[in-house]
Amino acid sequence: MSTDEKQHSPSEQHVDGEWVDPGVPYHRPRRSDSDPKAAKRAERQVAALFGVSILGTIATLVVYFTQNQTEDVESIRLVNVLLGISLCFAMLGIGIGAVHWARTLMRDHEMVEERHAMRTSDESREVAIQYLKDGAEDSGLTTNRRTLLKGSLITAVAIAPLAVLVPQIGNMGGDWNVAKFRHTMWAKGTRLARDPDGSLIKASDVTIGSVFHVIPDGLNELEHGKLEEKAKAIVLLIRLDPRDLNLQPGKEDWSFDGIIAYSKICTHVGCPVALYEQQTHHLLCPCHQSTFDVANGAKVVFGPAKRPLPQLPIAVDGEGYIVAQSDFHEPVGPSYWDRLKGGSSPAPSTEEGHA
Amino acid sequence: MNSLARRRYSKSAPVILVLALLMALTALGFAASASTAEASTTSASDIEEGEKLFAANCASCHGLDAQGTDGVAPSLVGVGAAAVDFQVGTGRMPMQQSGPQVQEKQVQFSQEEILQLAAFVASLGDGPAIPTPEMVDAALGNPAVGMEIFRTNCAMCHGSVGGGGALTQGKFAPNLWSTSPTHIYEAMLVGPQSMPVFNDANITPENKRNIIAYLEFQQDGSPGGLKLGTIGPVAEGFWGWLVGLGLIIASTIYVGARAS
Repeated sequence: MSTDEKQHSPSEQHVDGEWVDPGVPYHRPRRSDSDPKAAKRAERQVAALFGVSILGTIATLVVYFTQNQTEDVESIRLVNVLLGISLCFAMLGIGIGAVHWARTLMRDHEMVEERHAMRTSDESREVAIQYLKDGAEDSGLTTNRRTLLKGSLITAVAIAPLAVLVPQIGNMGGDWNVAKFRHTMWAKGTRLARDPDGSLIKASDVTIGSVFHVIPDGLNELEHGKLEEKAKAIVLLIRLDPRDLNLQPGKEDWSFDGIIAYSKICTHVGCPVALYEQQTHHLLCPCHQSTFDVANGAKVVFGPAKRPLPQLPIAVDGEGYIVAQSDFHEPVGPSYWDRLKGGSSPAPSTEEGHA
Repeated sequence: MNSLARRRYSKSAPVILVLALLMALTALGFAASASTAEASTTSASDIEEGEKLFAANCASCHGLDAQGTDGVAPSLVGVGAAAVDFQVGTGRMPMQQSGPQVQEKQVQFSQEEILQLAAFVASLGDGPAIPTPEMVDAALGNPAVGMEIFRTNCAMCHGSVGGGGALTQGKFAPNLWSTSPTHIYEAMLVGPQSMPVFNDANITPENKRNIIAYLEFQQDGSPGGLKLGTIGPVAEGFWGWLVGLGLIIASTIYVGARAS
């Protein structure tokens, strides 16, 4: 403590413009150091905190063994809340008690740790280098002796990582096939079905203002990759008053009497865009608030998306069911490298949203 | 100088400030919503009474012939009794003031008057009728099936357990917990305001009842404890960042501070 006081002198800050080390701050003695009553009180406080922890642990065990959890939501919640609170006290009591002990009762001593250069001394360095040299000489790696040993060692070390890397890379191999993003399950004549039960949709079912969440017919019968296919093929089917719908050039026959289908996957980062506002015909993506205008080719009217949602060309078949005319004419979802290269039919995706 | 510095750094002040802010925001979150009354019998002989009520209360905007006024109010021909029972029965109509969205408020008419109005509007043109009590009886529905239908068709706006959520430019999808089963059913049928229509071909009457059963099931509460309004990641992230980080910062200050 005496050194602290010697070092402390707040008045000398600058002497002739030169910076002077102000030393450690003034050491303020704690009440528990000077007053034995305060020390006794602090001791009791720490003991009480540990006591809280003991009670918390006992309470946790009591709750665990006495509260019967039934199917009832109310009882599940009660058990969770009681367990949580008693566990909280059990853990917090130990933690706060230990900190309080250290702060009030343990030695109040300020320590200064000097920083030293990290570099080891020259002698130590020389000794270490000599060890390495001796070892290299001993093994014969630096000379022409024992070539068989050296060759086999190098080969073993070089190929050892393959044992880990090959299975790892092999498992993700399929996903490098970017081409599969270009195509979905939709094809000429695929009927539109309701998500999730897969029942078919007739054009007459879709009244003005309706929204149907659509999957391709046959998706539910897939044995493999059902979720992957669904993630690419999901579609939102909407019927507007045909007077409100502005058909886009080149896509005049892609909709049917105000019924129009768009990919449900946002062109920004691929969230499902499904918040349809019937009066404004705006479609909102919940993730980043990209807003698409359904009445005008799903062009972007707000938010970070850069491209309109891809439209699925639809028609009505002889039995009145809504069918796809073809697959999407451009890859669905967010942009990726080579998105527009080598697609089946180059999409007229010239209408960029407001950037 | 040191005493000055010590006074400036009251250790508990930041913690108290954070806690006070949290309490205020939590209190805001508990702003309650009104519940609605309900009745079910309809009678076609009330058309005449309904017409009088309509002329006195609705015609200034919707027109005496209910054909609507351009830019002010839509035509009511063919909207059906369900639309009237929903709009008037939840207090949305008559509209008090314009805004991004017509909001729920104190119901202005007795259930009898609402049914008379509905009978009059239904007589103007075919539209969806008010569902019978059996069609909206949650006890007859299957909450598990209802959850699947709700998750696909409703959850994106109303939240996964019907807590509601924000739309664009001040509009929002309301919380569904205090909405009566009849009004939930009618909203699906008619698609009020921003909400799309879910006709009986899209969601069958049976599945509409399953949805009501699922929403009714939410009344039992959340098994996990505090629900944080169940309005999704915004509330949860807010608590995580403010309460979680706030507690970590507060305990760091406590551990690092000197004892008195």
